[in-house]
Amino acid sequence: MFRVTREAIDLQGLVDFVTDPEAGAIVTFIGTTRNNNEGRKVIALDYEAYPEMAEKELARLGEEAKKRWDIRRMAIVHRIGPVRITESSVIIAVSAAHRADAFEACRFAIEEIKKSVPIWKKELFEGGEVWIGTQSGQPLPGR
Amino acid sequence: MKVKVKFFAILRERAGTGEITKEIRKGSTVAELWEALQRDYSKLAPVDMRLLYAVNQVYVKADYVLKERDEVVFVPPVSGGS
Repeated sequence: MFRVTREAIDLQGLVDFVTDPEAGAIVTFIGTTRNNNEGRKVIALDYEAYPEMAEKELARLGEEAKKRWDIRRMAIVHRIGPVRITESSVIIAVSAAHRADAFEACRFAIEEIKKSVPIWKKELFEGGEVWIGTQSGQPLPGR
Repeated sequence: MKVKVKFFAILRERAGTGEITKEIRKGSTVAELWEALQRDYSKLAPVDMRLLYAVNQVYVKADYVLKERDEVVFVPPVSGGS
């Protein structure tokens, strides 16, 4: 399951999706909106995606993770639109026979999302707004 | 020939539109298209960030030669996650 959605993300739905009788571990990662960033008081993060390509890139990350680690199933759902303080912007769930593979694949997925998946966030803060990442360079996607 | 160009995030705001159709010469590269767009939409220039290029939802290099009806996206620095 590799999707972008405008709805709130259902953690249990992802856990159910990756549940597997051969798995001894399920690791989840939840990315949430923090109330501060670089000294600014954050009100919300407003996410925008190139949805068709974002879902393809998320699926590609899933394939890559399966090559690198012995995992059973993976699900990644990224929310777009405004995500307020404490709400989830992204949830990743990974199942594996053993926990080390699940932890490492989950970590890989969130790090890669930040590099190659065409999703952007605008930080809305007290006194202004800014597209995050546009003030610096970005690495080429790993491929 | 014609290609479709989609703008997202900061580039969508600068261009003032999310999608256009652009007439280009046969044999044009994605980098040449970007040069032309900067002339059409003055607020796109100067480019103060590293852009990636995507054609038909796959990342390509700057010298990719465009085909009729390609869907082209200039990808500003991504910032998904949290």
